Amino acid sequence: MSTLSRTDIDVGANGIARAPSGARVDLVLVAEMVERGAKVLDVGCGDGELLRILSETRDVDGRGIELSREGVNECVAKGLAVIQGDADTDLGNYPDDAFDYVILSQTLQATRQPRVVLEHMLRIGRHAVVSFPNFGHWQVRLQLLFAGHMPRTDMLPFSWYDTPNIHHCTIKDFRQLCMAVGVRMERAVALNAWGSPLRLNAPWWFWNLFGEQAVFLLSRRD
Amino acid sequence: MSEAKLTGAREAADAPREADQPRDSLVAHFGDRPLALDAGVELSPFQIAYKTYGRLNAARSNAVLICHALTGDQHVASVHPVTKKAGWWETMVGPGRPIDTERYFVICPNVVGACMGTTGPSSIDLKTGKPWGLDFPVITIRDMVRAQAMLLDHLGIESLFAVAGGSMGGMQVLQWAASYPERVFSALPIACATRHSAQNIAFHEVGRQAIMADPEWRGGRYLLENTNPRRGLAVARMGAHITYLSDAALHRKFGRKFQDRANPTFSFDADFEVESYLRHQGISFVERFDANSYLYLTRAMDYFDLAADHDGILAKAFRRSPTRFCVISFTSDWLFPTPESRAIVHALNAASARVSFAEIVTDKGHDAFLLEEPELFAIVRGFLDGAGKARGLGPEN
Repeated sequence: MSTLSRTDIDVGANGIARAPSGARVDLVLVAEMVERGAKVLDVGCGDGELLRILSETRDVDGRGIELSREGVNECVAKGLAVIQGDADTDLGNYPDDAFDYVILSQTLQATRQPRVVLEHMLRIGRHAVVSFPNFGHWQVRLQLLFAGHMPRTDMLPFSWYDTPNIHHCTIKDFRQLCMAVGVRMERAVALNAWGSPLRLNAPWWFWNLFGEQAVFLLSRRD
Repeated sequence: MSEAKLTGAREAADAPREADQPRDSLVAHFGDRPLALDAGVELSPFQIAYKTYGRLNAARSNAVLICHALTGDQHVASVHPVTKKAGWWETMVGPGRPIDTERYFVICPNVVGACMGTTGPSSIDLKTGKPWGLDFPVITIRDMVRAQAMLLDHLGIESLFAVAGGSMGGMQVLQWAASYPERVFSALPIACATRHSAQNIAFHEVGRQAIMADPEWRGGRYLLENTNPRRGLAVARMGAHITYLSDAALHRKFGRKFQDRANPTFSFDADFEVESYLRHQGISFVERFDANSYLYLTRAMDYFDLAADHDGILAKAFRRSPTRFCVISFTSDWLFPTPESRAIVHALNAASARVSFAEIVTDKGHDAFLLEEPELFAIVRGFLDGAGKARGLGPEN
């Protein structure tokens, strides 16, 4: 179906479920997709945890954008180069090819225009790394099917009326967006509810059902 | 302001003399090196009064330049020789403070055009032996920065670890980064903008007109004629001071409270506390500031437009900038509101510069940058720590 090769993932990556530093597993996984010394923009960088991991373990030149003022001020006080801004409105200010990687970690589903954001990411950066909660996960499906209410899980803890997540998608949906936008999917990993990567040779429908979240490494098709 | 106080004997005969022989300050004389001004003329000879705090390290890599605001001066972290008050940024600069004088060598010069020892309109023009007055050339923010660069050459400092300042000081920081990017390792422009807005120019014009309308201004020749446009300068200060605060801060501080009285007097006395406060601000200001300097420095701010110097494209001012920026604004600052800072950030992003930007929630208005704001201190400290690591400065220096 796509140029995506899921077999080039280091199987030893199983170990990351037990990130010794206590860092979030998905962040460590994202960090491992970034080349050493690269120039990185983290969109929606929160309290700067990923930027910290990236600068400590990958020696990157990292910048961040964060919507919440508290997050920004915390990051700047840590010495990180972070600005207050919005993925939907502020990516347009960056010139083409300004970064090696643009990262969107657990934020895609909270943007107003996910497709535009994705296109900007691959304009600003040579690569994009996107992680998101999979709305196709079996727990989500069961809650809607049998309990009849909007799903609430560890990954998606909000009530329908106060959630910042306005554009949920499944792994299948995201792959379709990537194809529609015409980007190259270089690597992908799905994590189960315990933060362990799923078997690599499993079919996509299996990922879409049992992956609680997914991380994609994308690049421009040029 | 009472009549007696305004027309009384001028004990502040000191104040203008600070212009030539500043107390508690170092003075650099530029006798044979003229300052080339944007106005197309040269200022020569001229002098710069400045203060330093802390020690320059052996690598000469820990120097921090503090740029003062419109009515500030070099006494950033030590007692003011005229007012005897604490330094204007003592909460920010000093031993153990965010700009730590135990780690950094802090330099704070008085700007060109001011009245505390750097050459300005109240200085004696050595060619005539008389105060410059309005014969002093109009200066710009870029002129101030050019003079500061000459001071650094004089001190043998090639590259600054940081340049920091708020308001007009922030404008100088931005000009430093644009004019001498290779000399600025990190920059903290606080509560400022890359250009003075029409509204701000308008406020300044009101202040200038108040000074010029004072009969004691004498066409700017008051030092020669032994008068002093105190009322005009005090009114200018009162008006400007309102713009440094916020509606919420004024309400919190004063509300509609009466000053030492239970009922209105049905007169034009300072019935309200806020009136009394503003009058006090005006009176105390004229003790330490020169009216013509006020004209010149407000003009310099009005003329500031960094984008206009770069074909109207702000990002060009910062192209390939190696400087690490930390831009800071305050929510209730309506003189330099957050969108002005955001415009700086957008230009820096477009130039791929390394920038941090924080907006601090406060009701204290523009003056917040001078006040007790723990979040501001934490951000400045964290930013400088990060920059210090990148610069290879140890914990001591």
